[in-house]
Amino acid sequence: MADELVNVTIDGARISVPKGMTIIEAAKQAGVLVPHYCYHPSLPSPAVCRMCLVEVEKAPKLMPACVTTVAEGQVVHVNSEGAKKARQGVLEFLLINHPLDCPICDQSGECELQDYTFQEGRAGSRYGDYAKRYNPVEDFGPDILYVANRCILCTRCVRFMDDVAETPVLNVSERGDRAYIGIAEEQLLDHPWAGNVVDLCPVGSLLSKDFLHKARAWDLDKSASICPGCSQGCNMTIDTRDEVVVRLRPRPNMDVNRHFMCDHGRMNYRWLNRGDRIEAPLLRESPAGRHVASDWDTALDRVGQIVRDAEGPAVILASGRASVESLALVRMLVDRLTVTAVVRVPLGDEAPLAGIANLALRAERAPNADGAELVGYSRDWAGGLRAAANAAVVIVLDAELDEADTAALAGIPGELVVLGTVAHDWVRQAAVVLPITTFAEENGTFVNRDRRVQRFQQARSQPGMARPAWWVASEVLAGPGPDADVPSTAAEAFDMVAERYPVFAGLSHADIGFGGRTLAAEAGATR
Amino acid sequence: MGFPYPSDPRETVVLSKYFGDAGARSFDGWTQRGGYEGLKKALTMTPETIIDEVKLSGLRGRGGAGFPTGLKWSFMPKGDGKPHYLVCNADESEPGTFKDREIMRWTPHGLIEGCAIGAYAIGAERCYIYIRGEFTDPWREMTQAVAEAYARGALGADAFGSGQRIDIVLHRGAGAYICGEETALMNSIEGKRGNPRIKPPFPAQAGLFALPTTINNVETLAAVPHIMVRGGEWYKSLCLSNPKSTGTKLISVCGQIQRPGNYEITMGTPMKELIYDMCGGLRPGRTLKAVIPGGSSVPIMNAVEAESCLMDYEGLVAAGSMLGSAGMIVMDDTADMVYQIWRLARFYAHESCAQCTQCREGTAWTTRILERILAGKGTDTDFQLLLDLADNMTGKTICVLSDSCAAPVVSGIQKFRGEFEAYISGSRQPVVAGV
Amino acid sequence: MSLTTTPAAGGHDGVHEPVFVGDTRARLEQYFTLYPTKQACLLPALWMVQEARGWISEPAIGEVAEVLGVTPAYVKGVVTFYTMYHTHPVGRHFIQVCTTTPCGLCGAEDTVRALLQQTGCGDLGATSPDGRFTVVEVECLGACGFPTPIVVDDADFIESVTPDKVPEILARYP
Repeated sequence: MADELVNVTIDGARISVPKGMTIIEAAKQAGVLVPHYCYHPSLPSPAVCRMCLVEVEKAPKLMPACVTTVAEGQVVHVNSEGAKKARQGVLEFLLINHPLDCPICDQSGECELQDYTFQEGRAGSRYGDYAKRYNPVEDFGPDILYVANRCILCTRCVRFMDDVAETPVLNVSERGDRAYIGIAEEQLLDHPWAGNVVDLCPVGSLLSKDFLHKARAWDLDKSASICPGCSQGCNMTIDTRDEVVVRLRPRPNMDVNRHFMCDHGRMNYRWLNRGDRIEAPLLRESPAGRHVASDWDTALDRVGQIVRDAEGPAVILASGRASVESLALVRMLVDRLTVTAVVRVPLGDEAPLAGIANLALRAERAPNADGAELVGYSRDWAGGLRAAANAAVVIVLDAELDEADTAALAGIPGELVVLGTVAHDWVRQAAVVLPITTFAEENGTFVNRDRRVQRFQQARSQPGMARPAWWVASEVLAGPGPDADVPSTAAEAFDMVAERYPVFAGLSHADIGFGGRTLAAEAGATR
Repeated sequence: MGFPYPSDPRETVVLSKYFGDAGARSFDGWTQRGGYEGLKKALTMTPETIIDEVKLSGLRGRGGAGFPTGLKWSFMPKGDGKPHYLVCNADESEPGTFKDREIMRWTPHGLIEGCAIGAYAIGAERCYIYIRGEFTDPWREMTQAVAEAYARGALGADAFGSGQRIDIVLHRGAGAYICGEETALMNSIEGKRGNPRIKPPFPAQAGLFALPTTINNVETLAAVPHIMVRGGEWYKSLCLSNPKSTGTKLISVCGQIQRPGNYEITMGTPMKELIYDMCGGLRPGRTLKAVIPGGSSVPIMNAVEAESCLMDYEGLVAAGSMLGSAGMIVMDDTADMVYQIWRLARFYAHESCAQCTQCREGTAWTTRILERILAGKGTDTDFQLLLDLADNMTGKTICVLSDSCAAPVVSGIQKFRGEFEAYISGSRQPVVAGV
Repeated sequence: MSLTTTPAAGGHDGVHEPVFVGDTRARLEQYFTLYPTKQACLLPALWMVQEARGWISEPAIGEVAEVLGVTPAYVKGVVTFYTMYHTHPVGRHFIQVCTTTPCGLCGAEDTVRALLQQTGCGDLGATSPDGRFTVVEVECLGACGFPTPIVVDDADFIESVTPDKVPEILARYP
């Protein structure tokens, strides 16, 4: 049933929005951002910062846009003289006790207090030389510092812990201008989703120790991505500084993770900056010989030869964080053989975010196990290893192998081809080692546990000669010589996948966009 | 009566008749003085007829807002199957006001009776009486009286044999002015910080424990039994001026006055009569300088305004102020208006709950500016600054604490600017603010 | 968390003896019947702690949180909101003096001075060297017609205190 619509005018723009919507949300649709601090679309609104006061015609006084709902025929002025003066007043009040230590503040450059003051604050302060409120910096938990002096008491952090994490370990203590965000001695801010309070804080009051003084906000390059930490598929942004990943932050997606991501995902980035990467194709000179570096053409020829010459079954041991494109094209490489394709899905404890339906750090710690399944991979890792013992060719697609795995692969009769990122000891067993990119160095897609296919974007350059695994596979498939049909982008690789696998039929990267698309449920599909 | 002073013939004693009469505190003493007749009568009436009678009386909220009581009661949903609550606001904490304290201290059963009638009228089985933590004597009297009322069958599962269940629970505050604000008070009963809530929802829709709730002041509820016994028409006839202001009103008079105390007047009595006749005027040799007529949150009146106004809701609005909680602070010619306004600002800065930015920061900043002026370090630009901050603090927050801080500053500068200027120019000796 | 073994923070007396045992526990249970939620019993529970211990320590906050099923941080936020709850130890007798405008107009500051001097406290909020008194200035006590009112030990409300009455009043509190 369609929502009932009401017509409102906001700063001259006439729009129709669903009944019950708040003015602040309606204004967004009219292209007007109402400045605000305490309001956050994923938290209950207390209307305490009073920054979003707007003029509503016929109302006796300014109304808080965050809790006032639209009404038919309503005329709202966000930028009237009165509303602007009220906001300027709030900014001035917020700044009288603020240390203005922007030069040493991590939030600088992405601070809402800076931004709105820049936009419409007073040029100078009328506060004079009174002492400012002073409270020491407090250690709130494993990764969080509280810089009380910068706090504007918007209470987003308190509400996140109360109403979203449902673990009320933060409070507002004291009252009046002595108030601050408090914590009890015996209960730290160590919730698995606690890091979100840092993102929610509109100023530099709650800081991540991990990111502390690591980079200036304006030096960061931001890329839309998907968290590879588990099967939830939280949308995120990868922040890099000079090609180094320095921070992962949630990217809003109301259908997947709203505005949040867990600390496991947030901290899971150091591997992206590893220095021990495979940077060139490596070929073994003779059955017992050493690896030598080669160019791509030679290496691709060699792989093509192995695949073409194989007589007997093939096995693919893949990582659960390989993209749909890579998994599918590598699988297509050995299509003519009997194939056992498996993905490795590490398991861990589930950690739900209590206040949001269907949002958790999932037990399956891989982003694309479901995508792998859709292109012919199973989660039967042990079965894959068993099959490897009799396979003519075994392809390892960036899988992390433990000691038992490498022992099982030692001395197998078939040829071992590794598409890898890191030069582990065991790659010495391989006939060919091909350098591939991580998800942060390529474009591609993952399918999350709810069959939602989501795109991620390249965030840093690939090291050395590394290429996406789908590129490697498609080049081998095409064979030597110029060939017009080889995909040159992940989008084209995805088109190949969509042709081959009906579940993706009709979809393209452009359709998926950066919000993702849920695949139709397959009849009789099982998980 | 002007307790502790004898009653003045110009008063109309209804609620204050037994102030100072310790015999009225017990159940028997109260009954002997005609008490509990109002409740017994009400229990024979339907809730609708009770509400109609209260509407007819013209009774308006005595806590400060002056909202018609009968109308407020009629907002409670009927037949919704949910528990309803009546809350009695006995958090009297508006500086200058001390009338509810006397009602609870001397006539606790009168309040119990009023609460019981109110609870029955709005379909509430339980009434919470929120008594501020500092009121130790009222707490003791009320505790004893409630226990007695249960023991004598006035309260409990079958109030006076009517078959109606009426429970009263006393809840003790712990030191927070803002808990006198109705939604903050409800949060406080729920065991939370006393933060005012945003409205809507209004208490009649979602109040205490998110259930339909009516909240009334002590004096309002204490008047109800008298309306039951003597009729709405009688109450309505107690009016000397505007027909919208009916009944008697307890005025707490304090400050620099000969006989401070609670004076029960008929609505519309001239303030001049109250100050000079009933209260015995100012101290010898002193003249009137200013009056804050409705508790510290309302605009200050100068002597001319005070001496010409009528004491009722409309009369005080016409004079540029408000009846508020009717706590009348009288200041004579010795009063240092800058110092007194600073003291009020400090009060609000101390009591701000910290939610709204304007209030949290504005009350404290205002206090500092006034402090600077008192210390002889003010400048001419401070007037403009104070008035502009006051404007930014008025009509912009969840509750009116911020407005209440701004009101005396604005009216003080308007009416007593010369005193500020004397500090700024150095013609008045600086004082060090604070004790 | 074990209530009896939590080490006390900030230099108070080591081991926290639970408050809510025996009669006090029974009184609290009685309060549970008067409110639809346990959380609503927070103010009464904190009053019980203060009556029993004179102030509300960090371990006591932990105990209250546990008996009411809320977090210590939540309780702390509430405790620090209400000025009558002491988060630090105070003297044997705790005196609150009103100095708000109406009382201030009538000489409350002289009363405060007399109290500070004669108790030996010296400063507002300080405890006298003999541990007998703490005097604090409070906002409006709601007895403006009887300047200056004081409240002693959260229990005795004394009206019309002028400097000359201070010695006699203090003598009542050994």
